[in-house]
Amino acid sequence: MGITQILFWSLSIMALISAILVVVSKNPVHSVLWLILVFFAISGHYILMNAQFLAIVNLIVYAGAIMVLFLFVFMLMNLNADTEPQKNKWLKIAGVVAGGSLLLVLVAALKNADLKNQLADMGGGNIGLIHYLGLSLFNEYVVPFEISSVLFLSAMVGVVVIGKKE
Amino acid sequence: MPINYYIFLSVALFCIGVAGVLTRRNAIIIFMCVELMLNAVNLLLIAFSKMHYHAQAATNPNAGIDGQLFVFFIMVVAAAEVSVGLAIIVMMYRNTHSTDVNFLNRLKH
Repeated sequence: MGITQILFWSLSIMALISAILVVVSKNPVHSVLWLILVFFAISGHYILMNAQFLAIVNLIVYAGAIMVLFLFVFMLMNLNADTEPQKNKWLKIAGVVAGGSLLLVLVAALKNADLKNQLADMGGGNIGLIHYLGLSLFNEYVVPFEISSVLFLSAMVGVVVIGKKE
Repeated sequence: MPINYYIFLSVALFCIGVAGVLTRRNAIIIFMCVELMLNAVNLLLIAFSKMHYHAQAATNPNAGIDGQLFVFFIMVVAAAEVSVGLAIIVMMYRNTHSTDVNFLNRLKH
């Protein structure tokens, strides 16, 4: 069992346990902190697959910006642990059963998929480096890139319009 | 690493997100579970991109780079989506003094 396998399994277990804790923790701030841990584990997976640029962007954008935004909103609202009145036990059980059924169906469908000897390249390859991603982004994907700037502008205007007190 | 492991890891993360959306009633936690689902999909896209690279690297040195750029664009859209969604949740909190989604069924009457 090489170092890659050990890292893969430990990062996977860390991601799954933290994801479950995101859902089950009562305190919303703890949920945010566990979600940051999930993002770190997923970034570790990206580094393991030599997608270095996306690993760093994942850390900066998700764990850095988006989660700080969530924390800001929590602190703005001053929510505490018991702000969520959960009366209906059956609703919880039904949600878990529905999610488990989806997992069961997807695993059963993909178990025998013809991918047994397809490997994800670990470590090698340089398509994840910023040099090659940038060349491709500004040659073939330059139109979507510009459109995403318009999307950001409209999102910014939308946030200001929604958040403004009338 | 066989691609199967990545598929099952992503499916598990996605289903945890689905179960979270269905069980929790706090709008912000639901939103965080949606982010979890997006990240599961991103992880699978990168694994598939590296799979294509592994299969076709001899003929095309840029094979699989599209998958990584899709992940980049998903992150861009997710950042815009989060800002608008949190603004809507803050609006909802200002009107109802709660982030419980059960309050939103008042919309129907």
